[in-house]
Amino acid sequence: MSPEWTAAVAVALPLLGGLAVLALRRWPNLRESATLVTAVALFFVVASLLGPVRGGARPELVLFEVVPGISLALQVEPLGLLFALVASFLWIITSLYSIGYMRSHHESHQTRFYFFFTVAISAAMGAAFSANLFTLFAFYEVLTLGTYPLVTHHGTDEARRAGRVYLGILLSTSIGFQLLAIIWTWLLAGTVAFRPGGILTGTASAGMLSVLLVLYVFGVGKAAVMPFHRWLPAAMVAPTPVSALLHAVAVVKVGVFTILKIAIYVFGLDLLRTLPATPWLAWAAAATIILASLVAFTKDNLKARLAYSTISQLSYIVLGALLANSMGVIGGGMHIAMHAFGKITLFFVAGAVMVAAHETEISRMHGLGRTMPITFGAFFVASLSIIGVPPAGGLWSKWFLGLGTLEAGQKGLLAMLMLSSLLSLVYLLEVPVKAFFRPVPDGAERAPGIREAPWPMVLALVLTAAATVGLFLYPEPVFDLMTMVVAQ
Amino acid sequence: MRILGYYNYWVVIFLMMVGFYTLISRGNLVKKLVGLTVFQTSVFILYISMGKIEGGTAPIIMQGQHVVYSNPIPHVLILTGIVVGIATTAVGLSLVVRIKEAYGTIEEDEIHVQDDVL
Amino acid sequence: MSANLPVLLVVVPLLCAPLAALTRRPRPAWGVAMLAAGWAFVVSILLLSRVLAQGTISYHIGDWAPPWGIEYRIDEVNAFVVLIVSGIAAVVTPYARRSVEREIDATRIPLFYTAYVLCMAGLLGISVTGDVFNVFVFLEISSLSAYALIAQGPDRRALTASYQYLIMGSIGATFIVIGIGLMYVMTGTLNMADLAQRLPMVDANRTIPVAFAFLAVGISLKLALFPLHLWLPNAYTYAPSAVTAFIASTATKVAVYMLLRFFFTIFGAAFAFDVMHLDRVLMPLAIIAIVTMSLSAIYQVNVKRLLAYSSIAQIGYMILGISLASVTGLTAGILHLFNHALMKGGLFLAVGAVMYRTGSVRLRAMEGLGREMPWTMAAFVLAGLSLIGVPLTVGFVSKWYLVLAGLEKGWWPVAAVVLVGSLLAAIYIWKVVEVAYFRERSREEPVREAPLALLLPMWILVLANYYFGMHADLTVGVAHRAAQVLMGVAQ
Repeated sequence: MSPEWTAAVAVALPLLGGLAVLALRRWPNLRESATLVTAVALFFVVASLLGPVRGGARPELVLFEVVPGISLALQVEPLGLLFALVASFLWIITSLYSIGYMRSHHESHQTRFYFFFTVAISAAMGAAFSANLFTLFAFYEVLTLGTYPLVTHHGTDEARRAGRVYLGILLSTSIGFQLLAIIWTWLLAGTVAFRPGGILTGTASAGMLSVLLVLYVFGVGKAAVMPFHRWLPAAMVAPTPVSALLHAVAVVKVGVFTILKIAIYVFGLDLLRTLPATPWLAWAAAATIILASLVAFTKDNLKARLAYSTISQLSYIVLGALLANSMGVIGGGMHIAMHAFGKITLFFVAGAVMVAAHETEISRMHGLGRTMPITFGAFFVASLSIIGVPPAGGLWSKWFLGLGTLEAGQKGLLAMLMLSSLLSLVYLLEVPVKAFFRPVPDGAERAPGIREAPWPMVLALVLTAAATVGLFLYPEPVFDLMTMVVAQ
Repeated sequence: MRILGYYNYWVVIFLMMVGFYTLISRGNLVKKLVGLTVFQTSVFILYISMGKIEGGTAPIIMQGQHVVYSNPIPHVLILTGIVVGIATTAVGLSLVVRIKEAYGTIEEDEIHVQDDVL
Repeated sequence: MSANLPVLLVVVPLLCAPLAALTRRPRPAWGVAMLAAGWAFVVSILLLSRVLAQGTISYHIGDWAPPWGIEYRIDEVNAFVVLIVSGIAAVVTPYARRSVEREIDATRIPLFYTAYVLCMAGLLGISVTGDVFNVFVFLEISSLSAYALIAQGPDRRALTASYQYLIMGSIGATFIVIGIGLMYVMTGTLNMADLAQRLPMVDANRTIPVAFAFLAVGISLKLALFPLHLWLPNAYTYAPSAVTAFIASTATKVAVYMLLRFFFTIFGAAFAFDVMHLDRVLMPLAIIAIVTMSLSAIYQVNVKRLLAYSSIAQIGYMILGISLASVTGLTAGILHLFNHALMKGGLFLAVGAVMYRTGSVRLRAMEGLGREMPWTMAAFVLAGLSLIGVPLTVGFVSKWYLVLAGLEKGWWPVAAVVLVGSLLAAIYIWKVVEVAYFRERSREEPVREAPLALLLPMWILVLANYYFGMHADLTVGVAHRAAQVLMGVAQ
């Protein structure tokens, strides 16, 4: 199969799996197998693109033209491939985890859950392989709409209200700012295609392009740059597998991926450096990093704390894009992978704790580490990645981001990065430390001996935690893809 | 004197305003229709009076004579317009009959009261 | 025969009307209506392809040469409008069979279809004729039959709604005929093409601006431009479901066409915008319509009334595009004629199915319908997404061109209003979605899914939203050519 069609298959395959899920709804074991088989197949399909892309190929495929000049088209390039690899790999692991979680938690509407998962993954693949802004926007919106049933899965009033915040913020930013920016780009450049070096050079004054940049950065609500971040904590009302894959990996990463794509392929790093708005936006990202970390401190609910940690970490990638130099972009792109593996582990732990010990608040998890050592051990390892210290992969992305700030001459931003590492150290490590070393709080039940969560869940979080260490030892695949991006 | 010379337009304006005012200010549904009819009639007069040519006679061809005729087109248009007006009045009045059956009244205020209670 | 297609387009439905009355029974009457709708649809496709290939069609009725005879003149603009009207009729008429049987007394159904076919004939006639008085005649034909159709609704408020529409509609029609009369006084002709040539010679006289003003007000009443929209919410809400679906998708569109024809073809864009500054009136009213009517829609508890207010807002979009007086703006406005017909048609057909099964269209009646009528509600959601303007739908294409037109002229507020309108639409569509999918049924009995006869037309329109949203080159191409014709730009 030619690489062009491989990309299209990557987008369509999850949907086919979704149809299989619907068809097999009466036989849960077969239905779950459908998800797993599709996920594994997807990963291999995406991985098969690695060879051609490494060789310099950038396969393109136009699916259809809406109007002359605006088409739904796919293109495989290193950044998109990186995102697709991460997302498809983690889908396999999350499917494993979901099976354990949904069954032991006796969740209802499981078929609907698995189906919309495939829709979300398909949209993420489409976004990863988009060849122009229209395609990216189309899949971005499909992702928002396709994840709404997942966020509101429980159907309670609380879920409905959270769904309103979710949809409200994401649609307002995408229709109000991002679409406006896209149409404006079309007017200025005559095209919305992604091209290395950008399409906007010389089309308008620096002032106008700065406004355009602001519209884009705030228009990509999924990147959760403050003040458009509230949808992320609101989405925590979803079942934990949703929070894990979508809000640690797919949805949020589509957001920051979009910002990177726009920075590199619509504006171009050289143009970005000349715009007056760029440093201001970089500081806005830095502010989000710090403020979100500070809010994370105040949260006792583990998922809420992780949500704010995600908001903070996403702005690392946004910052990387806005530093507008190759180091920053490399760091940002690598962080897509590093943060994904780290954060998904943390969310897996939150779900495991909920299922095994029925606890959601950190203050009630004291001493739980002695009952669930593997789980909290994984939490510890993954936290290292988020904080950015060895032996976890997060070190590498932080390293390059730091180099990026120095190259841009922004020592203040470097200080912000250091500060946030310190903050995340405290608010993250508090959890495993207190779990292992503090006595059990009054009234909390603890099962005698070791009572881990069901094995699919534990296996999943061990795998992803191990992967964070693996990425520390062997970051080459990620690094190579990102260097190819900046070399163009 | 020129202003008085346009007396047909003054008649039109007078009828139009009377009709329109009746239409808007009266709450009785039949009276509204009366107003509408007067309003439409003013338009008929506008058209017909426009077609009159000084010294012109009825537009019926007389063989072999050179005669000045008034313009027949507005007459034709107005015949159509009258039919439309009749149809409108007919539909309007049949609606009023049905409304009377359904509400027991044809005063607009009383109908609104009944509807708001619903 | 094919040379006479322009007039047969109108005459066949016109003849079908008394035929429907003679049948005396519901099914045969419906069959006659299907015949008329099917004929109109086929002919409109033929006419559109002929116009696209050969240019404007000019047909002389009775072989009397214009400007003395009545001419039927079909260019890209009205070929497109005729396609919209007949297409909607072709989809709604099959739907109407069961929907009307449920909502209207069996003895009155033949007469219902008589009025229905007359309305269709009238709308088609307005669209193809090249004579301004002919426009008035067909306008009244379609309006009177519409008043009769709306009054058939099951609720007694349908009667007062129809009466209110009659009064306001007749005022509008009378204003239009005054405008026509004044134009005739000054030029001596009723033929549109001839008027377009003669008006520039006499427009120094104050009569012509007065005629312009009367026409503007009269047409605005018919197309429910804010603040002359007061008849629309009640008329749409209380009419029978099939009637609402048909009229919401066609009547106001044809009125927009009338606006285009009178102000761009007859008066000419230069006179309308540079001398009479029509844009200074239309644009603010359109913007107010979009914002206030979308906000009103959010607070409605009757879903049909919600969609009615939404329609007024969407008409605001069309007028906004037109008021920009550029080729892109006109393209956007004309495109939205087609796209909105698809969107609102689908939405009203879905609501009609809800009415069929539950007997009510209040929001509370829709609780839990996501489970009980999954296909109907899915159709509603998909059409709603098109209304919001999600990519891959026709709504997105309309919004794209509207925003583009605004940005081209450098008018940011226009672009902002269009996007704000989308967000407001998201709010009121989602209101319905939440009730259908998140609330438990408060009715006593569960209901079944709508019958296939209702689902099929509904889904055809909904899927058309996505087909034309993904392959918009046909509709955009025609709209663009139509816009060029109207602006007088050489192609």
